[in-house]
Amino acid sequence: MVPLWMYLAVAAALFSIGVFGVLARRNAVAILMSVELMLNAVNINLVAFWRYSETGTDLLLNGYAFTAFVLIVAAAEAAVGLAIIITVYRNRRSVIPEEAATLKG
Amino acid sequence: MELNAISIGFVVFSIFTLGGGFGVVTTRNLFQGTIWLMVSLFGVAGYFILLSAPFLAAVQILVYIGAIAILIIFAVMLTRSVARIKERYIRILPSFIASLALFLILLLGVTIPIFGAHSPESIPEYVASTRNLGTALVDENGFVVPFLLASVLLTAAMIGAIFIARDENA
Amino acid sequence: MEELCTGLCSVLAESGADAGLALFLSLLVGVLLVSGVPLITVILLIWIERKVAARIQDRIGPNRVGPVGLLQTIADMIKLLSKEDITPTAADRVLYNAAPLVSFASVVLIWAVIPFTPFHYGVDLEIGALYFVAIASFGTLAIMAAGWASNNKYALLGAFRVVALLVSYEVPLVFALLLPVMLAGSMSLLDIVNAQTGMWFIVLSPLAFVIFYISSQAETGRAPFDLIEAESELVAGFNIEYSGMKFGMFFAAEFLHVFTNGIIMAILFFGGWLGPLYYESPLIAFAWLGAKGGLIYLTTLWLRNTVPRLRIDQIMAFNWKFLVPLSIANLIAVSFALKLLQELGWAPRDLLSASFGELLPTTVILLIINGAMILYLLGVLRERGREARRESHDPRAAIANVGAAAD
Repeated sequence: MVPLWMYLAVAAALFSIGVFGVLARRNAVAILMSVELMLNAVNINLVAFWRYSETGTDLLLNGYAFTAFVLIVAAAEAAVGLAIIITVYRNRRSVIPEEAATLKG
Repeated sequence: MELNAISIGFVVFSIFTLGGGFGVVTTRNLFQGTIWLMVSLFGVAGYFILLSAPFLAAVQILVYIGAIAILIIFAVMLTRSVARIKERYIRILPSFIASLALFLILLLGVTIPIFGAHSPESIPEYVASTRNLGTALVDENGFVVPFLLASVLLTAAMIGAIFIARDENA
Repeated sequence: MEELCTGLCSVLAESGADAGLALFLSLLVGVLLVSGVPLITVILLIWIERKVAARIQDRIGPNRVGPVGLLQTIADMIKLLSKEDITPTAADRVLYNAAPLVSFASVVLIWAVIPFTPFHYGVDLEIGALYFVAIASFGTLAIMAAGWASNNKYALLGAFRVVALLVSYEVPLVFALLLPVMLAGSMSLLDIVNAQTGMWFIVLSPLAFVIFYISSQAETGRAPFDLIEAESELVAGFNIEYSGMKFGMFFAAEFLHVFTNGIIMAILFFGGWLGPLYYESPLIAFAWLGAKGGLIYLTTLWLRNTVPRLRIDQIMAFNWKFLVPLSIANLIAVSFALKLLQELGWAPRDLLSASFGELLPTTVILLIINGAMILYLLGVLRERGREARRESHDPRAAIANVGAAAD
């Protein structure tokens, strides 16, 4: 059996890679992709904790169901995020978030 | 960790997941970045199978490779992201240090039991099946409210995305 | 397949092999057997397809190599293999070479869950039907990658159109797929076949079968949805830069996909291996599945060779304005009716063990509902057709339409 901390370590690494992408990449699409990585790192954690938790007599479903909801939110986030990126590009000819700063005081 | 099908699978899927992740944040070409993202998420789907959640694995592949990958590729093409951006990074060094520090802290957190938690010695033999999940999602004592909210969220996201991305001149 | 694997595994273990190695080897043999079936079938399929197309077009078809041209495909394969393997200079090499492999693999992988007989199958996944949909999405990504990696604007445009088509038609496909899953109460393809012992699902939900048939015709890129290879408009489509065996793999994947969908439809709606004497021998069961799948396959060939190609906007309008609402309405109506019947006690709760007699009232009522929906749809279609004809006969309306389109 693979110990639980190994799953958590991989998830931690994936999450950190995602954080690096969000902080360092310039292109908004790349930032969105890094956010997807972070969401999936969280999903690994949720499913791993769900699988390794002692259930006793009745079956636990919280981790399983929660992961399904995270997937739904990820899909919604990608759809709306990409729509915003395309609109910003259409108006400003740029996909770099720093350049879309009209509202900055 | 003894050598068996699950541990070999774990190593293989780890390579997929982390290698794909590195590809996403380092590649210059965003089309290839999308493919790397899919490699990474395919590895995550493999984890779900190892953790006996086959339904999530199938949904992961269906949602990400079947839908989000296509969506991202269309966005990359429509914004001409492949050719136009010359510099990949801003503030690369602070970001790198920050994410490395985060990783080390998280690693310490999951390996050293400072929070009093113990790593379980064995995994439960019986786990919930897809049928259990399906029942729980529509059970009033289960997840029926989040389930309905999620469907409302998806509808709202769909309408919102269409409304935002719509070109008024076309 | 399982008993064969365990049998082989025990034989190997007795002859002194390491237990892990024995298991691995026997699993490998199982995998090779399951994936070998589609690989051999595709050689025959190409011949069948060419012969049928030739007969429909009043030709003879391949008849030179081997008896009645049976070996023509082998000859073609040798030709394709010996052709020069061109990679465009500016192509993305890794993706360019991986795309045909992924495209072909996405079809072969479906066969892992297909139950050939009650006892012979690759694996019986709890989520078999979902697996079928998920694996098919690899094919979409492969087409996108092929179109982009070729670094050719026609290939990219072709890929865009095809991917838009495939993604759109996946929606009614999944909605139609939900009906057999719901009727059987399981996503396992084995359970779905077993649940049809009392009554085939084509009788319980004919409309779902029609929707599934149309959208799988689109998913495989066959006429009238054959935008994948629209020679007249986009030179060839996404595979324009491919030559030799790489082109051959896309080609074979498409042919195999059509037949695979035929088999899947036979399993989902026509009771798979169920038929007279299927329990006597696995061979008879396998023959039933093959015969049903083959018949559906022949109808798709017939359709392919008789209908003209549609425009992309017509295809999209048909999907989003007609097929998707229809599939959702069908799903809601049938599931509501089924639940109501179960509450009234007229329908069995569990179709897996229901007999023909128990299912008779359910069948009649579901048939009436489906029939009513089909009649209503035919009425709507006739009205739309009349309107279109009236406009095309009235020159002023036609001019007004052109003007509206130009705005």
